[in-house]
Formats: sequence, C-alpha cells, structure tokens
Amino acid sequence: MMRFSIFTYAAIGFVVLAAGAIVLPDWAMFLFAMALAKGLVCLGIVGMMRGGVVSFGQGLYYCLGAYTATLAANFLGVSDIFLLTLLSAAVCLVVGMIFGPLLSSYRGIFFAMLSLALSMVLYGSLSKMSFIGGTDGLNIGAPTFLGWAPEGRPLQTALYLYVVTIVVISGALMRVYFDSEQGLITLATRDNELRVEYLGASVRNIMAFNYVFGALLGGIGGTIAVLALGHVDPEFAFWTTSGEFVFVAILAGYLSVPSVFVAAIILELVRSFSNLYFPNTWQLALGIFLLIVIVALPSGLGSLVSRRKGQDT
Amino acid sequence: MSSGVLEVRDVQKTFGAVTAAKDISVSVPQGSIYSLIGTNGAGKTTFVNMVTGYIKPDAGTINFGGRNIAGLPPRQITRLGIHRSFQIAQLCNELTVEENMLVAGAIHGQTRPSFLRRSDDAQARDRAMATLERFNIAEHRNRLIPELSGGVKKLLDIAMAMAGETQIMLLDEPTSGVAADEKFPIMDLVINALRDEGVTVIFVEHDMDIVNRYSERVLAFYDGQIIADDTPDVVLSDAEVQRYVTGAPA
Repeated sequence: MMRFSIFTYAAIGFVVLAAGAIVLPDWAMFLFAMALAKGLVCLGIVGMMRGGVVSFGQGLYYCLGAYTATLAANFLGVSDIFLLTLLSAAVCLVVGMIFGPLLSSYRGIFFAMLSLALSMVLYGSLSKMSFIGGTDGLNIGAPTFLGWAPEGRPLQTALYLYVVTIVVISGALMRVYFDSEQGLITLATRDNELRVEYLGASVRNIMAFNYVFGALLGGIGGTIAVLALGHVDPEFAFWTTSGEFVFVAILAGYLSVPSVFVAAIILELVRSFSNLYFPNTWQLALGIFLLIVIVALPSGLGSLVSRRKGQDT
Repeated sequence: MSSGVLEVRDVQKTFGAVTAAKDISVSVPQGSIYSLIGTNGAGKTTFVNMVTGYIKPDAGTINFGGRNIAGLPPRQITRLGIHRSFQIAQLCNELTVEENMLVAGAIHGQTRPSFLRRSDDAQARDRAMATLERFNIAEHRNRLIPELSGGVKKLLDIAMAMAGETQIMLLDEPTSGVAADEKFPIMDLVINALRDEGVTVIFVEHDMDIVNRYSERVLAFYDGQIIADDTPDVVLSDAEVQRYVTGAPA
C-alpha cells in the first residue's frame, strides 16, 4: 500500500481546512476556529492519554494562555498575534515544567484530580483578582499580523488561517512524536510501566514530557480562543471547561491526530445546533449524542482509521 | 575467595515481622550459571528484587562493576547491564510482539530514544527481527500478546531483557506457566543465547530437573537464608536441602 509522508498529510489537511476560509460563512468560521483552538488543548490530553493518564485540568493552561495574551495586550501593548502566542506558550511551558515533574509521580484518578485541583486554584485566584476583572474577566482587542491590522471578514479569515496553520503544524509534530521511538515507549508505558522501567527508561520523565507538551498546546489553544472571542474570564479554568476537553479527547481516542480536531468540531456543531433547536434541553441532546458515539466507538473516532482498531482507550 | 562479577555481602531485608533476607552473601563469577531454589517465601525472589532494584535492602552491599548498586532504581541498574525477566511475563499487551521488541530496542539502542526517528524504521525492525528469530518466535511478530502461549510470552520477556548490553541476566521462574513439553526447549534456547553472549545467569526455579540440567551452581534458600551454595549434585543431595527445599528423602 502506498504510504504518504507526514508532510503530504499535513499539506492535504491544510488545504482542506484552509478552504473553509473561502466557503464557510462568518458564524461557521468562528465556530471552526474555536473548535480547532480547543482541539489543540485536547491534543495535549491525547498525548497524555497515550501514556495512560488523563488530565482533568487542562483548563489551567487554556486559561493561563488566554490571560497571558490578554494581559500582554492590555498592559504591555502587544498586539501582534505571533508575539502573543509566543508569550503565552512560554508562560505555559514554564508553568508546565514546574507542575509536570510533580504530577508525573501520580497515576489514574490521583493525576486527574491533582491536575483538576491546580486549574481550580487558578479559577479561584482569578475570580478574586478584581484588578484584572475578577469574575467578569477582561476584553482583548483585535490582533495584528506582523503590522497588518485587518478588520471585519479579513480579520476573521486571517485568524482562521492562523489557527489552521498552528493546528496543522502541531498535528504534524504530534504525529511525528507518536510514530517516533519515544512515542512507542509512551504507548508501552500506558500498558506496562514496570516493563518500561526495567528496560531502563524513566516513566516519570515520559509522563512529565507529555504533561509539558500538553501545557504548551493548552496555552496556544487558549491564546487563539481569546483572540477569536475577544474576552477572557476565569471560566476558562473552570472544571466544566476542562471536562469538555476530556470529553473531546475520549470522543477522539488516542489513536489518531486528525480525529481530535474532527471530534472538537463535531462537539461544537452538536452543541451549537442543539442549543439552537433545543434551547432548554440542549445538554441532554449533547449527552445522548456523546453516549451513542462512546458506546458505538469505545476506542474513539480514531479507531475508524487506525490499524490498532478494536483496542480500548 | 575470587572476586565475582556480582558480590552480595550481608544483605538483609525485613517486611514487618517477616525476615525475607538474613545476612545473604554470595559471589557470582563472570559467565557462570546459578540457580536459586527454595520453597515459596524462602527469599529467592526477594534476592532477585534486591539485585535488580525493585526492593531496597535494609543493610548490606551489592557490588557490581566496582560500585554498590543496593538501593539504585531499576532503570539505573538496568543501564549498568543487570537485566531481568519476570515470573509473570511483563509485556505490553496492546502492542504486537514486534512492537514489544521495538520498544526494548529503542530504549537499549546505541543512542537515546529519539522524538523524531520512527520507531519502526528498517534498521530497528531488522534488529528486532534478528532477536525474535534467535528466540524462535519471529513467526508471532504480528500477534498481540494475549494471543500468545505462555512459552512464547516467556521467551519474548527474556528477549526484551536481552535487547541491551546484558552482563547479568536474572530469570524469575523462566518455565513457570509453560507447558511441560515446552520447558526444556525453552531453557535450551534461553541458556544457549545467554551463554553465546557470555552473560552471567541467575535463575529462580522450582523444577529440579531444570536446575540439575542447566545450572553450574545452586543456591538453596530457606527462611531468608542461603543454606547451601555448591554444584547441583552436592546441593540436591544435601540432607538439609532435601528436608527443607526439595522434599526428597534424605
């Protein structure tokens, strides 16, 4: 069977997603941009899932990235989207490198709850900080693109293409990592930590790396989300936000990278339309949909295309 | 006494009121094949676990390569060249046989595991296949672990441990859970492979036919102590060993 390179897949992915900038109406482009931004956060969770742990606290980095960008824009006058993304990524990287080694000793529910606790600490702290908006949060102006300051549809298109580019690059890097020697060792860790340790690898280092990578992606996702929304508040770090990321990760499974973004888009679509057509019971509709998908595809959407299909997530 | 590749001196380990190792001392020469015998709870696996870092001894030293390794974590001891297999084969069930070998190869490779190099590149697969062929399990390369027989699982467990630069191999009951007619062929394969590499072997075993046939020296454990340390003929005919370990008439 012909085997395409990762660059070919990335190029196809870019063209398909970028076509949205032409064919999608404004509301859909916004929805896709938000879904892809959240998909980045979920991709970080999927990276951790491959090692056997699930973070219930990725809202921490989503929120941290969003607040870093907003504060940099409001207090430092930074408006360039590339600079804002880099700043947020750097802050989340540092925070991830502090918490990663700490959390890497924990597994299962302890890892999940500790990561959740960290995000709730941020939520609680931000809610009390009235000088940065407290529970009301902060607004952020439209970003510039290397000095270019578009408005209206061009702004939305530029932002959408920016998120598509980030998604394609991150997705390609993640695929390279999954297929690499370290990626396979991560998968082995999920299965049998004892064996991996007795082969001479450090399971803690593997866990810490995946956590830090997840923090980085979370921060970038948060930055893009706040730039698309124009507003951030502590809810970004609330447990329901983190839970939504976990839901997408479970829906996608850990077998395929594109499935993460497909799952994120599906979730956004289902939520938007069920909110529109069943305004009082949309959570019920969403829950039923997710239940059906999880029962039908226990290994996630990725199992439809992965050679590892049939194995549980 | 000649200096061995592994020098264990006065090692002790207690778990609450239970003494699992009491002043254990042994010198294992390079390239030798030792077997550890004893009833359940005699201290054999505790000995293996202490040498390989799973358990930290309360007292005593374990010298390997001029360094006291007592208390080092398993991965550091593994990197020094002391590898082990397990009583229950420790494999990655969601991976195929070949992928399990690729994991071992990636960790034990000449360079650190890469974030960029594909785990299944041609060289890595060739190395994995060569090891699988050596242990006569290459035909199972695409199968998942739950589909394998006990014997194949044991061989894969040992083959994975052998992927690196092994100086000492500790095998914890290599024939447990293996069909009776597979025991000798498996031991032939394993011992020949290890002997070819000049690896020092220490294996825990309950089957005295295996002990008699493959070991050059036997350590008999009872109640956390070594009660006999000699050639198989001498140890297996020892009255104390027969009384406390083998159950054979004195």
